[in-house]
Amino acid sequence: MTLEIDHLTVTVGDRRVVDDLSLRLGPGERLGLIGESGSGKSMTTLAVLGLLPPGARATGSIRLDGREVTGLAERDLAPLRGAVVGTVFQDPRTSLDPVMTIGRQIAEPLHLHGRLSRREGRARAVAAAAEVGLPEPTTIVDRYPHQLSGGQRQRVVIATALIARPSVLLADEPTTALDVTTQAEVLALFRRLVDERGTSLLFVTHDLAVLSRVADDALVLSHGRVVERGPVTRLLRSPEHPVTRGLVEATRATTWRAS
Amino acid sequence: MRRPAPRLRRVSVVGVLLRTPRGAAAATWLALLLVAAAVSRAWTPLDPFTTDPYSAWLPPSAAHLLGTDSVGRDIASYLLAASATTVVVAVCAGLVAVVVGLGLAALGSLTARWVRDGVAVLIDVLVAFPTILVAMALAAAFGGSLTVVVVATGVGYGVTIARVSRSEIRRVVREDYVTAARASGAGTAAVLRRHVLPNIAPVFVVQLSLAMATSILAEAGLSFLGYGASAETASWGRLLSDLQKFLGVHPWTVLGPGLAITLTVLALNLLGDAVRDAADPRLRTRSPGRGGTLPPEPRAPGPSPADPARSPAPEVTS
Repeated sequence: MTLEIDHLTVTVGDRRVVDDLSLRLGPGERLGLIGESGSGKSMTTLAVLGLLPPGARATGSIRLDGREVTGLAERDLAPLRGAVVGTVFQDPRTSLDPVMTIGRQIAEPLHLHGRLSRREGRARAVAAAAEVGLPEPTTIVDRYPHQLSGGQRQRVVIATALIARPSVLLADEPTTALDVTTQAEVLALFRRLVDERGTSLLFVTHDLAVLSRVADDALVLSHGRVVERGPVTRLLRSPEHPVTRGLVEATRATTWRAS
Repeated sequence: MRRPAPRLRRVSVVGVLLRTPRGAAAATWLALLLVAAAVSRAWTPLDPFTTDPYSAWLPPSAAHLLGTDSVGRDIASYLLAASATTVVVAVCAGLVAVVVGLGLAALGSLTARWVRDGVAVLIDVLVAFPTILVAMALAAAFGGSLTVVVVATGVGYGVTIARVSRSEIRRVVREDYVTAARASGAGTAAVLRRHVLPNIAPVFVVQLSLAMATSILAEAGLSFLGYGASAETASWGRLLSDLQKFLGVHPWTVLGPGLAITLTVLALNLLGDAVRDAADPRLRTRSPGRGGTLPPEPRAPGPSPADPARSPAPEVTS
């Protein structure tokens, strides 16, 4: 198992934002975490990273590649981030440093986890940029985020998340900020990269239609609790819980409007 | 196979700095000042301290480029010698201001809540003391010296730098890209070095240039008032104070030290602004016109598939 979560509970003050969540993610598996906003999806990913906001407390057990990470000190946790678990955040407009070149950004996990010359870092960044389908990889690495489109920026974030070959990839609503065409391209990219490398994927979203393109199974979260779990196709066809039904209806509505 | 990658027209900070007229002018003046200061240690046209009553108040000539003062000292030589004092004061005060400013700012933004709140109050209290008055008070208490000038203006402006940098650091550490960097494995030190410093640099550089300019003004002002440089140290402010007593008789003599001070302070201010602009890649990189630079996207979050006119510009990617 690359990611095992057992009885994870996250409390902010006396509110439980994640309530007794357990999940298993094996090598190469793709799991969706779906729910409305405020259902505790993002808190779960932040808990895995040990990056919960101040005031939030996590109990339970989280194991990455068999290693327990809950309760680990910051100095023991930082080496795992980026190396064992890569993360793609929601908004590519804000998750790239505006004064850092694309190349330095992509190679950052490598620089943080090992000695690497600038030259090597640049070469690795160029290769990674080509892999995620960025145009003109050799010149784009010298550009700055503001010179790229939203979809290109999200490709940069994905390249960054995967460059150190983590065994788990966390994706927190990675396509929400993109327009529909770009969304489809980025989702296809996710699938391809994850398949090629055998990376496990935990994909957080509120959109079942999006999820059906990248994940096989999904957990449905509501108010921090898992209310339903199963294959995405089954959830789409015959949702049992009212929350799932609501999500399916929302999906139908947007699909209908878009077509 | 291994041929040099075609590089984007990459423009360095210095390159951009020198491209703007004000940046180039300011950098040139300050470079001249540095050269003058270095040269004056080894050579000046005439000895700046030699007095000669018979050649008092000589007008500008080949022997005395800017004439002589009331005791027959060569004004040009004296100005050159004094430029070294100015450079030393500005650089030392700048260093003190950087250390005090960044140190206090880091303490006031990255530590436990009670420490950073305490430091914030301390900064606000210290900001209330006018730097030059504090320098005069210190000079009155400990006797005037360049050390007093450096420490007083360095600490005084350091506090201002701390106040500005503190809020900048607090803004930057809350940014998404800092969370993203931490998710890539960056510890506190790496976040500070790789992300916080480069992002606060523009604001910081302007404050630093102001600190150096203020220290020059403070040194000149305090020396003018007799609290700064001692008699055996050449100083623009001291010369100005010597000459202004005869302003009615020999008005043109004050032009030398007056212009030197004014131009140097002006150059520092302009250079600070130019560096700030040059350090921001959004202002530095021009759209290369080819290969996919797109206009900035609208800030509004979320796609709006129903309305193609509002959706972001199409991607150049495949």
